[in-house]
Amino acid sequence: MELDPFIFRLSIFILSIFVGYYVVWSVTPSLHTPLMSVTNAISSVIIVGAIIASLAGNSNEVFNTASIFGYLAIILAAVNIFGGFLVTQRMLAMYKKKKKDK
Amino acid sequence: MSANLLAIFYLVSGVLFILALRGLSSPETSRQGNLYGIIGMIIAISVTIISIGNFSIGFVYLIIFLIIGGTLGAFIAFKIPMTAMPELVAGFHSLVGLAAVFVAISAFLNPEIFDLGYPGNIKIASLVEMSLGAAIGAITFTGSIIAFLKLRGIMSGSPITFVGQHFLNLVLGILLVGLIYYLCKTQSENLFWSLILISFLVGILLIIPIGGADMPVVISMLNSYSGWAAAGIGFTLENTALIITGALVGSSGAILSYIMCKGMNRSFFNVILGGWGATDDTSNKKSTEQKPVKSGNADDAAFLMKNASSVIIVPGYGMAVAQAQHALKEMVDSLKKNGVKVSYAIHPVAGRMPGHMNVLLAEASVPYDEVFELEDINNDFANCDVAYVIGANDVTNPVAKTDPQSPIYGMPILDVEKSKSVLFVKRSLSPGYAGIDNDLFYRENTLMLFADAKKMTEEITKNL
Repeated sequence: MELDPFIFRLSIFILSIFVGYYVVWSVTPSLHTPLMSVTNAISSVIIVGAIIASLAGNSNEVFNTASIFGYLAIILAAVNIFGGFLVTQRMLAMYKKKKKDK
Repeated sequence: MSANLLAIFYLVSGVLFILALRGLSSPETSRQGNLYGIIGMIIAISVTIISIGNFSIGFVYLIIFLIIGGTLGAFIAFKIPMTAMPELVAGFHSLVGLAAVFVAISAFLNPEIFDLGYPGNIKIASLVEMSLGAAIGAITFTGSIIAFLKLRGIMSGSPITFVGQHFLNLVLGILLVGLIYYLCKTQSENLFWSLILISFLVGILLIIPIGGADMPVVISMLNSYSGWAAAGIGFTLENTALIITGALVGSSGAILSYIMCKGMNRSFFNVILGGWGATDDTSNKKSTEQKPVKSGNADDAAFLMKNASSVIIVPGYGMAVAQAQHALKEMVDSLKKNGVKVSYAIHPVAGRMPGHMNVLLAEASVPYDEVFELEDINNDFANCDVAYVIGANDVTNPVAKTDPQSPIYGMPILDVEKSKSVLFVKRSLSPGYAGIDNDLFYRENTLMLFADAKKMTEEITKNL
């Protein structure tokens, strides 16, 4: 009896939801805005799909309908990746503790 | 690169993303967490490119587009003022949504490169997954655009409702399910395009009835959607990094929505179906006009605060609008020089997105260990001399505890009224977002300071 690989992926998916659930509950409420911007950045890992769409085709022309959508998605995801991580970095750099000497 | 090795690399980047979120459990570990996220992303992108092994002219274009997008993103990230963070996040969500739609389209048009079958004969499971990814992505896209426009003030923040709205949404929802079903049967390209178009429409219709102050829920919800869209595409592409990330982001957004709804004591559906407070404001308005209000000036406020031993600051969305966080920090610094103990109390739904106030205070270099969440500070109001409410309203309204008729009854509020005196900076007596009058304005121990939040705070500082 062969197991459908879909079941493996579904298991990963369900377990990740649980991991996400517990990890996110442990995020301190004061960092909820950086949480949103960083989840934004990491969900742009969808760029891997865009890269496959634009590079993996074996046709001779660089731009065909499928690859154009891939390239467009690359631009969008790149804005998000750089923007998301950098703005998170910028926000996190602002969180400082009280100076001890006061 | 073998498929197995590739899968392991994707797994590694998925784990790094988990660590990125884990880092946010405290500000000290958060910067390192962000670094893990960046490394995870670099791994995912590099191994994808290497595994395809196509370094022809197409690769050059890829790098060019990556640089264009990256520069734009970096530019936005450095230029954006912290007060505009809600719009920025909404805008970024829309990009994730649209990217998901584009990837789904190219997978549909050219399924061979993703190993999904052939045009007109795509595997049913893949077709379902990509349709879901595309539909959720499209809803995220237009929904986030509407949220962006509302937050930016380009579109009015008041709810837009019309007769039959919910019925229309229901019909469109059923239509979407039907389209996916027929798409699987016929593999028709037209059905795929209609699916995307209708999802765009649903995204708009879903967000227009939701008002400005409910935006924290909306942003969190769209955050969640962008995750589910990514997961849908991840299943299509059989990519573990995407599946893990999608699940993480999806559950993260869902939890944030839950926290925000709980902060208003409303159910998720109540928020989504829209239009709060529109029903109840007529009954309340009449009785309020004659009630006496004590109002004061900066001098009075400075006197009160200077002679207090402890002050709690309650910031709200009005502080963000007036950009008063820096002025506030200066006032607090002068108070501290006078030996006054100052802390900040943040309501879960203060501002326009989760954690909005915390970021603004951090920007004004307020140490994060002086900033407290509702449940940690609420008991301290009873022992505090002055509560300084700046730009908050509904979240301090005692009516939430006393009047079961009130629309905000049961909402957890900051017990501002228990402090010895309350200073309320506000431009007028107008009710807050919920459309109800705030009882606190008319209390014996309340002094209203009618002015712009920033100007008033600056003046108080001068008088200290």
